[in-house]
Amino acid sequence: MDQLTADLKRQIIEALNLKHLKPEDIGDDQPLFVEGLGLDSIDALELIVLLQTHYNIKMANPQDGPQIFRSVKTIAEYIRTNQTA
Amino acid sequence: MNYISKHCRISNRIIALGGQIVYENKGNNLDEFMNSAFAWLSIAYPKFYKMDRLSKLGFLGSEILLKDEKLLDKYLPERIAVVLSNSNASLDTDLKYFESTKTIASPALFVYTLSNIVAGEICIRQGIKGENAFFVLPQFDAARLVEYVEIVMASPKTEACIAGWVDVLGEQHDVLLYLLEKSKDGGLEHTAEQLQKLYQKNYGPVDGGS
Repeated sequence: MDQLTADLKRQIIEALNLKHLKPEDIGDDQPLFVEGLGLDSIDALELIVLLQTHYNIKMANPQDGPQIFRSVKTIAEYIRTNQTA
Repeated sequence: MNYISKHCRISNRIIALGGQIVYENKGNNLDEFMNSAFAWLSIAYPKFYKMDRLSKLGFLGSEILLKDEKLLDKYLPERIAVVLSNSNASLDTDLKYFESTKTIASPALFVYTLSNIVAGEICIRQGIKGENAFFVLPQFDAARLVEYVEIVMASPKTEACIAGWVDVLGEQHDVLLYLLEKSKDGGLEHTAEQLQKLYQKNYGPVDGGS
């Protein structure tokens, strides 16, 4: 697990109050919504806030959310692509 | 006349059911107390951690109140009402949300900036679909609660009601929840005097009321 993925898991647990989980409980490819971690629409909004707060990334198109927030891996890819150095 | 078949009190980091202390954890703060009480209940309900303090208190109170009570075996979901009251509405969360707006407003906090969300959380968890109401009052008002709940219970659509007081602001927390049913079956009479007595019962060296 790379540092970004590890940080993301920790940040997701903190931001979404998933206190019953540890970072190692979240698989890199595990779906975050519905059948995976069971996140809901409010959690999706919190993930948008997380990207802005921790990575200074404002999602240009919220409709891309389902693809970006599919898993920790897809979020990490989105951050790598969109984060300015 | 309707009857209080069960009652649960949470105050001063003590939980009492039917007048007997069932859980006590002075802990370091209210959040620790509520999380430890939730762990003690051994319930798989991760959403608890996402709730605000008001909803957590209502959840814990109703969970303990209805433990071993197969409510949905006795009544249709539509026949169970929820009537709650407090004095601080959702101020505890409102203040946190206001603080979050100074940077990026928190959607997760925003959804709890209404006092009646606690009633919704109780209904979702318990499968209740009946009438519900939430009153914000200057202080615990047994007479007003009894008066309104009796009106609700007079309707043929309502056969049972979870009613009471759920209040929190900072570390101050104060809960009295009770289950009201039409059959006497050993229950207490639903009067303002009786309710006031349940509210004022002291469970520890420090008065639990707010």
